[in-house]
Amino acid sequence: MNWNMKKINSLLAIMIVAIPAFSQEPEMADAMRSEGKIYVVVAILLLILGGLVAYLVTLDRKVTRLEKKLEENRHS
Amino acid sequence: MKKSWWKILAVVLLVYTIVGGLLLDVPRLMIVNESIRALYFHVPMWFGMVLMYLISVIYAIKYLRRNDPEADIASAGFAHTGLVFGFLGILTGMIWANYTWGTPWHGDPKQNGAAIATLIYLAYFILRGSLENQEQRARLSAVYAIFAFAAMIPLIFIIPRLSSSMHPGSGGNPGFNMYDLDSTMRRVFYPAVVGWILLGIWIASVRIRLINVEEKIHELEYEKNK
Repeated sequence: MNWNMKKINSLLAIMIVAIPAFSQEPEMADAMRSEGKIYVVVAILLLILGGLVAYLVTLDRKVTRLEKKLEENRHS
Repeated sequence: MKKSWWKILAVVLLVYTIVGGLLLDVPRLMIVNESIRALYFHVPMWFGMVLMYLISVIYAIKYLRRNDPEADIASAGFAHTGLVFGFLGILTGMIWANYTWGTPWHGDPKQNGAAIATLIYLAYFILRGSLENQEQRARLSAVYAIFAFAAMIPLIFIIPRLSSSMHPGSGGNPGFNMYDLDSTMRRVFYPAVVGWILLGIWIASVRIRLINVEEKIHELEYEKNK
């Protein structure tokens, strides 16, 4: 009897511990969003993207200039 | 400016990817948590890589049919950009795996397959670099590009699905669309894929044009020295 009680008690204990583990919400960066700090990250990433794209545009234009120069040289 | 509408589209889509990818809602899941947003950046690297390699193989076939040296240069240029995407995909995957799987290199079939495919394409450039004769280099590397592409597809898309890969959609794992029932992530994911692919085509086109200019300068010099 006593042994059975112990068994049930420990089973109950496990269930009580396990229930919150199952119903727990996955942890997300909600605080970071509500504080508005996420905009800092967005701004930094946009700046890096903008910088790299601007660099690519200058490279693109440089190649266009070279192509034109080469065409002129060919015809002269 | 008229011809470059797709470059502007690429930039608009990438700006949207960053803003929407970080600010819009995502499914709340255990283990991946907020890192699920890496999907918008890690997976488009693979889409980009596969498309670059596909364009490369199309130009390789075009070279073999027409013997056009510019098709050879285009084929190499797209393979080169694909390789950059592949490395970025592997490295971003390693960062993500470190936090979700516990170790950067898990020996996951998809990881190994991607690494082997990247090595196959590295060998493509070793082959190109080791041949002096332009025609021989173009022909051999065009044939190699076809074999490399044919090896890459099963390594990345078929073998991980047959074995026990931890990637979503592989080895009996549900794909991401299983968790994303209300399609919140698709609103960012598909534009992200298109944006990254267009950026890849842009980078490849600049590289190809540059090498074409280089080749023409060589030709001019050769004619002058005759």
